Amino acid sequence: MNNKLYGKLIFELSHPGRRAYSLPKDEFGSHELPSAMRRAEDAALPECDEMTVVRHYTNLSENNFGVDNGFYPLGSCTMKYNPPINEEMAALSAFNNIHPLQPLSTVQGALQVEYDLQRALSALTGMADFTLNPCAGAHGELTGLMIIRSYHETRGDSRRNKVIIPDSAHGTNPASAAVCGCEVLEVKSTADGLVDFDDLKQIIADHPDDIAAMMMTNPNTLGLFERDIPAITKLVHDAGGLMYYDGANLNPMLGVARPADMGFDVMHLNLHKTFSTPHGGGGPGSGPVGVREGLEPFLPKPHVVKNGDKFDIEQPERTDSYTVENNHVGPFLGNFLVIVRALSYILSLGKENIKMVGPLSVLNANYIKESLKDDYELPIHGLCKHEFVFNGLKDKSTGVTTMDVAKRLLDYGYHAPTIYFPLLFHEAMMIEPTENESKETLDGFIEVMHNIAKEARENPEIVKGAPHTTPISRVDDVEAAKHPVLTFRQLAAE
Amino acid sequence: MAKVIEGLYYTESHEYVKVDGNVGTIGITDYAQNALGNVVYVDMPDVDDEVEAGEEFGAVESVKAASDLNSPVSGKVVEVNEALEDKPELVNQDAFANWIIKVELSDPSQLDDLMDAKAYEEFCNNQQ
Amino acid sequence: MYKYFPHTPEDIAGMLAKVGAESLEDLYAELPREVLYKGDYDLPSAMSEVEVRRFFGRLGRKNRQLVCFAGAGIYDHYAPSAIPQLIERSEFLTSYTPYQAEISQGTLHYIFEYQSMMAELTGMDISNASMYDGATATAEAMLLAFNNSRKADTVLYSSSLDPKTVDVMRTYAHFHGVRLEEFNSMTTSAEDLKVRVDKGDIAGVIVQQPDYYGIIEDFTGYADACHSKKALFVVNSIAADLALLKTPGEWGADLAVGDVQSLGVPMSFGGPTAGYMCSTEKLMRKLPGRIVGKTHDGNGQRVFVLTLQAREQHIRRQKATSNICSNESLMALYVTIYMSLMGKEGLKEAATISYDGAHYLCDKFIATGKARLVYDKPFFNEFLVDIDGRDEFYDRAVEKGFVPGVKVGRSGLLIAVTEQRTKDEADELAALL
Repeated sequence: MNNKLYGKLIFELSHPGRRAYSLPKDEFGSHELPSAMRRAEDAALPECDEMTVVRHYTNLSENNFGVDNGFYPLGSCTMKYNPPINEEMAALSAFNNIHPLQPLSTVQGALQVEYDLQRALSALTGMADFTLNPCAGAHGELTGLMIIRSYHETRGDSRRNKVIIPDSAHGTNPASAAVCGCEVLEVKSTADGLVDFDDLKQIIADHPDDIAAMMMTNPNTLGLFERDIPAITKLVHDAGGLMYYDGANLNPMLGVARPADMGFDVMHLNLHKTFSTPHGGGGPGSGPVGVREGLEPFLPKPHVVKNGDKFDIEQPERTDSYTVENNHVGPFLGNFLVIVRALSYILSLGKENIKMVGPLSVLNANYIKESLKDDYELPIHGLCKHEFVFNGLKDKSTGVTTMDVAKRLLDYGYHAPTIYFPLLFHEAMMIEPTENESKETLDGFIEVMHNIAKEARENPEIVKGAPHTTPISRVDDVEAAKHPVLTFRQLAAE
Repeated sequence: MAKVIEGLYYTESHEYVKVDGNVGTIGITDYAQNALGNVVYVDMPDVDDEVEAGEEFGAVESVKAASDLNSPVSGKVVEVNEALEDKPELVNQDAFANWIIKVELSDPSQLDDLMDAKAYEEFCNNQQ
Repeated sequence: MYKYFPHTPEDIAGMLAKVGAESLEDLYAELPREVLYKGDYDLPSAMSEVEVRRFFGRLGRKNRQLVCFAGAGIYDHYAPSAIPQLIERSEFLTSYTPYQAEISQGTLHYIFEYQSMMAELTGMDISNASMYDGATATAEAMLLAFNNSRKADTVLYSSSLDPKTVDVMRTYAHFHGVRLEEFNSMTTSAEDLKVRVDKGDIAGVIVQQPDYYGIIEDFTGYADACHSKKALFVVNSIAADLALLKTPGEWGADLAVGDVQSLGVPMSFGGPTAGYMCSTEKLMRKLPGRIVGKTHDGNGQRVFVLTLQAREQHIRRQKATSNICSNESLMALYVTIYMSLMGKEGLKEAATISYDGAHYLCDKFIATGKARLVYDKPFFNEFLVDIDGRDEFYDRAVEKGFVPGVKVGRSGLLIAVTEQRTKDEADELAALL
């Protein structure tokens, strides 16, 4: 990472007449495109030579911080190591140069990749079957809720449109429910950060016959395992609802417990969190959805199946209108190259090592928590799972906020934790180390966090003014939102 | 301490309405602007739109939050404060002077369901 | 220990002591017994890298890399060799969504460039930071139109849309409560469209350009017909073709959506690619997904930052404009570098060769007497022909190393040509008829 801002835009390097491409000669003869169908003006795209473009993006990359640069303790994001072998497998030309609508006999290898990952995810979660079509976690949530509503509709129970969601949930949960046409019923958390069972009972009593589902992440966003899960699932099932597992926090459960055994019916997981595929600055991700036995017919199509020793695609005939057997959440079989990476990761670890993922990540989280709780306010004591939440510095008299601590961490070469989430605590700071981090890395982070606490006491201004050594200092996001400039054309017109 | 003005009517979602004849001037309270922080955008209805008491008619956005605007009264929008389109920060400067919409009241009896200044002040104190 | 797990037994013992636990199992002491998984996962044992390579190598050999004349949404366009090594730079590849602007200017700059280029290409005012794919971007446009209207509950879509897009729209519409109604943009005049829109229940009208059959459609008057009743006009386009074609902006669209795969992204069995969504400035605060804007830092440097976040799910929860969270950032980078390398002229040149190639091949097919154009209308780089003995021809072509197209109906074949195809390949395919 370069701590000086590079700062240029490719448009500013453009010089009319330059070229960075070479194409074969047009040997097909000229065919005229009707002039009424042509755009009036060319798109104002840059004109550069090849090396200028390569240097530009290389320089841009050096103003970025990735997992390969250093520790990335972002809570609920599971920023684990992205092994190069996965990249090598995803770059194979045999996976890149195939069209999704080729004859199935010519893509048996690709179909097997999909099928093998479906089976592996079933093994790891206890679900009967998976779809790999959703492209992200939120996309998986929406898909899962669609499956749940399809199930209720098939039973002629289509008025069920209420979804119970804890107040500590990821923001995507209520948003996905709303997109799926459901109403959200928020269930409170207790003082020790778990679902308030009495509140849940009351909500269900108030809605005896329209609960579609309850969405939960377990461990929850405070990093706490919901111990009442058997009783919660029973309560919701007795009321006719299904249990949805948000797999954003699945990592600590690997090797220890499976969502299906906790009583969940439908779940998604994130290949870009739990299964080591790179986040890529915000995608492409992948959000496979698993279902328990009986719900398979509602999985979106197309879906990969195995018949004898051949792989096949399940895709019912098109009908004139929507049917529950014809849920579609994307045109093909999902983000295939992300799926290749995840399978490569699972095969590399194998059944022996994947069991250690959960326990090692939990050990790391508890180690940081116990090492820092003298300086940072730990609102909920006891064992955490893969992550935990501090409510800012213990000593609030310095006026140093969670934002300040997060920004100061950047100066020391660490990515910031997730901040101001969950909403239950004003100064929330959510820390998640993964199983890949060594004791030396954790000790280094702990020392820096202690240092920052000390700075906050002795020299608070240096923390409040952080970061100081990054390419840029804090940004004016009010200005950005008040007078949005979203394109180069708008910028140039200023 | 947030400013509260006598003679206005208040909602639990922190809107106020000031009544002149049959026209109600609606905005968000000082308490609300303070809680939101720097306002960057105010989403307003069009003139002649109908609004209903308790129903959403727009939203106020800051960088880190967004809050729906709920109308204290029912009626027809007769004016919107166009100054807020370019300068949403006016709401932070003086939330009472920089109203959002004016509504022709269709049912003045709805005012009876709202809080007066004293009740609202107490309501705000209990929020903390 | 395993190569991705650094702890030695001593490390673990020391850390457990700090935590106050006896063993790793103790870290899960609060879990109810009935949820614990004691079995062995039904998975293979750990593979070395040698074995992983062998495994995927074997699967790769079960795929056939064919000379591709198939399209229907995914095209075999040329990609400059500089792109893969740039997008694989780990600072791009292994970073998170750029929430910490101070250490994410690389990502924020390229998203701003992406937004700028997509706005230029589509002729629209602004763009978001990308979406999952063209089909879901179109479904999101449908939801936007629906939620933008206070009263109208119906979205009209043309029967010439890609059926895979329609399938996704139908699914989203069913659960969200949108009424979908089909019309045929190939045969519906602006006047007829206006009659339908004037009934007042239409929130949006969605068309595709070029359409599923490769046809360049004429939408003259459509935008006005929509706007007379505040319905949104949505144009789904194949991105690369817009280098030459009249843009969604020129057609008067409120929203331009589609897939960016045609901008040199590998076919990769259909994903990952990215969807785009561009709009008029008026709809800026209703766009789903992430958006990057310009601002300055404390030292007055020009910088970029995620903005307009009040639309998004992490702030507005169930009232957000969409549940979308991740975009397809790395694929947005891919096409941004593609457009930087190809530039203004390269994009046009690739589109021109594709256009010419398709017309050359179509003429060849027709000349055999065994194939007929299904629609006598202008097409771009893809066309639909009816073929005598289509299935036999298709199988013969596959055997000779081609994907000759995508089957449509009982006798149709949808054939696409890109700048990667040669005259020899086209001649050889036609000769198989």
